[in-house]
Amino acid sequence: MELNSLTIDAARSAVQERKTAATSLAEAFYSKIEKDDPQIGAYLILSKERALAKAREIDALAAKGEMLPPLAGVPVGVKDVMVTRGVRTTAGSKILGNYMPPYDCTAVARMEAAGAVVLGKLNCDEFAMGSSNENSAWHPVRNPRDLSRVPGGSSGGSAAAVAADIAVATLGSDTGGSIRQPASFCGVVGLMPTYGRVSRYGLIAFASSLDRIGPLTKSVKDAAIVLRTIAGRDPMDSTSAEVPVPDYVAELEKPIRGLRLGVAKEYFGEGLDAEVRKSVEAAIQTLAKLDCEIVPVSLPHTQYAIPTYYIVATAEASSNLARFDGVRYGYRTRDAHTLSEMYRRTRDQGFGREVKRRIMLGTYALSAGYYDAYYLKAQRVRTLLARDFEEVFKKVDAIVTPTSPTAAFKLGEKMDDPLSMYLADIFTVTADLAGIPGISVPCGETKENLPVGLQILGKHFDEATILRIAQAYEQAV
Amino acid sequence: MKVTEKDVAYVADLANLELTEDERGILLRDLNSILDYIDRLNQLDTTDVPPMAQVSDRYGVDQSKTGSARFTYAIREDIHEGLRKSLPHEVALQNAPDSDGIFFKVPKVIER
Repeated sequence: MELNSLTIDAARSAVQERKTAATSLAEAFYSKIEKDDPQIGAYLILSKERALAKAREIDALAAKGEMLPPLAGVPVGVKDVMVTRGVRTTAGSKILGNYMPPYDCTAVARMEAAGAVVLGKLNCDEFAMGSSNENSAWHPVRNPRDLSRVPGGSSGGSAAAVAADIAVATLGSDTGGSIRQPASFCGVVGLMPTYGRVSRYGLIAFASSLDRIGPLTKSVKDAAIVLRTIAGRDPMDSTSAEVPVPDYVAELEKPIRGLRLGVAKEYFGEGLDAEVRKSVEAAIQTLAKLDCEIVPVSLPHTQYAIPTYYIVATAEASSNLARFDGVRYGYRTRDAHTLSEMYRRTRDQGFGREVKRRIMLGTYALSAGYYDAYYLKAQRVRTLLARDFEEVFKKVDAIVTPTSPTAAFKLGEKMDDPLSMYLADIFTVTADLAGIPGISVPCGETKENLPVGLQILGKHFDEATILRIAQAYEQAV
Repeated sequence: MKVTEKDVAYVADLANLELTEDERGILLRDLNSILDYIDRLNQLDTTDVPPMAQVSDRYGVDQSKTGSARFTYAIREDIHEGLRKSLPHEVALQNAPDSDGIFFKVPKVIER
């Protein structure tokens, strides 16, 4: 079976029609991982036993001629920030190097309940903090399109695995752009659903008012299938919303004719690479030819999104990461005599450079005397950013932008300058802060054959519209 | 320079980090450079703008209600054994760096 262009439906149909067994398909992917992944570094942990048990279960159903569930036998990968019972989960960090979760993340459980075969856990920046995957405590991920370049981050392994055809689809998480930016860098589809759309139960928390789980896939339809599988209220996550989940796949069939698409000038200014601009402008022309109405709009507070994000996200992270203290799970230093020394040295030795930087920044922003100046200020500006979108969405159905100001950069290029790394998220953080959904869909390449991403942002809980626009674009090119 | 060496030491203390001399030096530089950039937030007058602490009380809830009434959908009957059963003792302790089978063990807290 040809693994290179295998979509969810193709994989499931092959298993349903017994052209291949789910077990053979899983084995074929493991062979390909063994052959190709040493150069890429997408996987951290393989869950072969669990995957093959699931595959055998699917094969037994297929043998009985039963109608298989929507992801039956589909080989998928999961970002290593989602816990998996009995399968080591590290969040890309040494502090969780030997952590064996006693329970499953809801999104992963829902994928498996729909028949998916989880091949393993995917590399990422430590605690999802980074834009290049170079902050993984284990090893970097290389971009399958050009091994000298980064795959983006923090879901770099999730994007690279799909791009390298060593998973049909993957789950990633997005806090500041961590699904969409790597999807753009690797030339795959990446969808960040609305805040509250997908349960975060079992997602190792980075910034709780921002974190979201979503799919990375080869096609927009596959993203719709995965979203339909993982979306919806979960009593185990009180932030998961009680909002009906439409059939995203059926919704793809609706026409996009007459939809109003906003183009915000703030996303086409200084810092946008000329080739990226050209590709994105061409994509907007394509959408205009599909009878969408292009409407110039303004999101005036966009330039304040990165500073707002780096206060809100680090403040929440400093609180969430306080739990890693060497007591209940994870790494503990051997070099301590008192409890206080044990906490400090455990954290000193267990956390990497970027994680410590963010804990320090967040702790500073929350500390007495600076709380109002930084944290409260950032929360107020966050309101302004959310209002920008509320105003624009009174006039348009969706907003189209570049996903990232540049194509994939070289490994090491931004590692010594945290601020320039943070600016890689400039077009993605706004949607995280406002809670709206966004998708990145491939839209052409640079002269060096590096993929460019078109970002489509939608209204709260209106993933159906952005998926529909993304699919119409995908089919037109 | 907004952040001084003393601030770095104080914040590290709050965050339960020790940090090496080298790390403190790098953080001093990085925090100042990042906070300089963050200062552009002060270009905005936000006197009358309410802070946004979370997203879920603004969207996907009954807008006609206020405060916690917006989250009534999340209220359910008590389930005696919990939504998911509690973990058995040995499972809850299996990841502990040190335990006696009943409790998590840590270095002595009080010196006699």
